[in-house]
Amino acid sequence: MKLMQLQRTMARAVMQPLTSSERMQRRAPDGGPMKRYASRFIKPNDRLTSFERLEIYNRQYWFRILAALSEDFPGLHAVLGERRFDAMAKAYLIANPSRSFTLRNLGARLESWLRKNPKWAGANQNLALEIVRLEWADIEAFDGKAEPALRPEDLLSAAGPRLKLTIQPYVRLLSFLYPVDDLLLEVRKEDDDTDFASNAFTEHRKRKRVRAVRKLKPAEIFLAVHRIDNSVYFRRLGLEEFSILTALRQGKTLGAAVESAFSKSKVAPEERPLKVQTWFQTWATLGWFCRPEKKRAAG
Amino acid sequence: MSANRFNGFTDLGIGIGLRAPHYNHILTRKPVVDWFEIISENFMIGGGRALHILDQILEQYKVVQHGVSMYFGSAEKLNREHLRRLKELVQRTKTPWLSDHLCWGSVDGRYTHDLLPMPYTFEAARITSEKVREVQDFLEIPVAVENVSSYAEYHDSEMTEWEFLNEVVERADCGILLDVNNIYVSSQNHSFNPFDYVNSVPAHRVAQIHIAGHSKYRKYILDTHDHPVIDPVWKLYERAIQRAGHTATLLEWDDSIPSFQEVHGEALKANKFLRSTVLAEAV
Ligand SMILES: [Fe+2]
Repeated sequence: MKLMQLQRTMARAVMQPLTSSERMQRRAPDGGPMKRYASRFIKPNDRLTSFERLEIYNRQYWFRILAALSEDFPGLHAVLGERRFDAMAKAYLIANPSRSFTLRNLGARLESWLRKNPKWAGANQNLALEIVRLEWADIEAFDGKAEPALRPEDLLSAAGPRLKLTIQPYVRLLSFLYPVDDLLLEVRKEDDDTDFASNAFTEHRKRKRVRAVRKLKPAEIFLAVHRIDNSVYFRRLGLEEFSILTALRQGKTLGAAVESAFSKSKVAPEERPLKVQTWFQTWATLGWFCRPEKKRAAG
Repeated sequence: MSANRFNGFTDLGIGIGLRAPHYNHILTRKPVVDWFEIISENFMIGGGRALHILDQILEQYKVVQHGVSMYFGSAEKLNREHLRRLKELVQRTKTPWLSDHLCWGSVDGRYTHDLLPMPYTFEAARITSEKVREVQDFLEIPVAVENVSSYAEYHDSEMTEWEFLNEVVERADCGILLDVNNIYVSSQNHSFNPFDYVNSVPAHRVAQIHIAGHSKYRKYILDTHDHPVIDPVWKLYERAIQRAGHTATLLEWDDSIPSFQEVHGEALKANKFLRSTVLAEAV
C-alpha cells in the first residue's frame, strides 16, 4: 500500500465513532467487517488481534477529542446535561473533525454547526447557542493577540471626530438575549467547588441554576469579553457603549460611531459628552485601544 | 561528546517539561533547573497568559522546543502557516534545536491529534526525511526526530523500527531525540529486545534523551507519562548514555502531575548515570 493510501485507510477507521459501550464498531468504513478491514494492514501479535490493536487508536482518538471539547464548553454541558452534551459532541465531531494543529480550535465551528443542526441544541436552543458563543469568545479572549495599547493620554492628544481607533484583537464584543455571563460564572463556581461536594450534588445545583436562567424573560445584554493581567473578564456594557465600540471595530470614525450610537438613545443630549468622555477614559485604562495593525504588503 | 551539531553544540544537563501546574512554583521560588522543554503548540498563540509566563521563564532559564503536531511522517504536504508560526516562536525562545515525532497524525488536512506509528518502508523513509529537511531549512535550526511508543505494526513494513529510524536520520541528516521509555513500551508491545534498538542508534546523532513513566495494562503498555521512571527504562537510559555520552536529558510527566519537587527529583535521578559517563570520558 502506498503511504498516503495506508494513512487514509487507517485514519478512516481511527476517526469512525465508537459504539455506545465505547468499543470499536464491528462494521468498517467501507461497509465490510472491521475485522477484515483491520487485518488488511495491521499485524496481529501473540496477545492482540489486528482489530484490537486498531481499536486502541480508535478509542484514544475519541477519548481525547471528546475530553477537549467538554473541557472547553462547561457552560453548554450544564445547559444540555451530561447525556445530551455527549451525544451532541459526538455528532459535532463527526461532522467537524479537527482541521487545526491544535485542539484549542476544536470548538471554532460549534456555534454555526449548532445553528444549522438545532436538534442537538436541546430544549432551549437560544440559550444553548448563546452560551456557546460566550464560551468561544472566552477562549479567543484568553489567548488572542494583544497589540501595544494606547494609553489614556495618547488618546487625549489624538482625539478628534475623524479619528479611527483600533480595538484590541482579543476584545470580543457580543450581545445576548439571556444573562449568560452570570450563568457561566455560576457553572464555573460550581466546578471549582466540586472538591467540597459530591458530583451529583453540584450537578443538581447546576441544573437548578440553568432552569432559573431559562425561566428568565429574555433581556438583552451587551458584553465585552476581555482580559486584565491575563485573566478573562466579562464586562457589561450599555447599549450606547456597545454601539460605539462595535462601530469603531467596523472602521467608523470616532464622530460617526458616537453619532450613530445616540441616534435612538434615551440619554439626554446634555449628558452625552460627559458620558462619552468617561467611557473612553475607562476603555483606554483597560487597554482596549491599540495602534492599527500593520497591514502586510499586498502582492 | 554530547554537545554536537544536532543540539546546537550545547550541553544542557537535566531538564523537565514546563507544565502549567508548576508555573507558580517556578516563578516565585526560582528553583535551579538546567533547562525546560516546552510543547511548542501551547505557545503558538496570539498572546495572553502562556506567552507572558514563557517570557518570564526565558529571562531566567534555557528553553528547548518540542512539538507534537509536525507529523513528519504524514504523506501530505507540510502546513506552511504552521511552520511560519513555529518560526516566530523559535525566534522568541532561541531554542538551540527543535524536536518532534517520527510519526504521522493528519491526512487530507484532518488531524487525529495522536502520534500514529509509521509503516517502516523505504517510501515512508524518503517522504519523512524530505519533510525533515524542509523543516530544518525553513526554521534554520537543527531538528531532532523522536521515536514514539506504538501499539500496532503494519504488514507493509520492510524493516525494523530502529532500521527505519536510521534510514530517516541518515537521509535527512538530522538529530535524534531518543525516548528510552518509548523504546521500552514498544519493545513490550511488539516483543523485541530494547537493547537491540538502543545499540543500533547512530550515537553521534543523539541530540537529547527523553525518560518517562507509563501505564501497564493486561495485554499492552500505554505511554501515559503519569508515573515515575521504572528500572528497566533506567537501564536503557544507562546504555544510551554509555553510547551517546553526557546527553541533554528530559523527564516527561504530563498527567497526574505531582509537585515540582517530585518531578524534578525524579529527573535528577539521571545524575547517577550521567556522572559515570563523565568518569568514563575522563579515563
Ligand atoms: Fe517523549
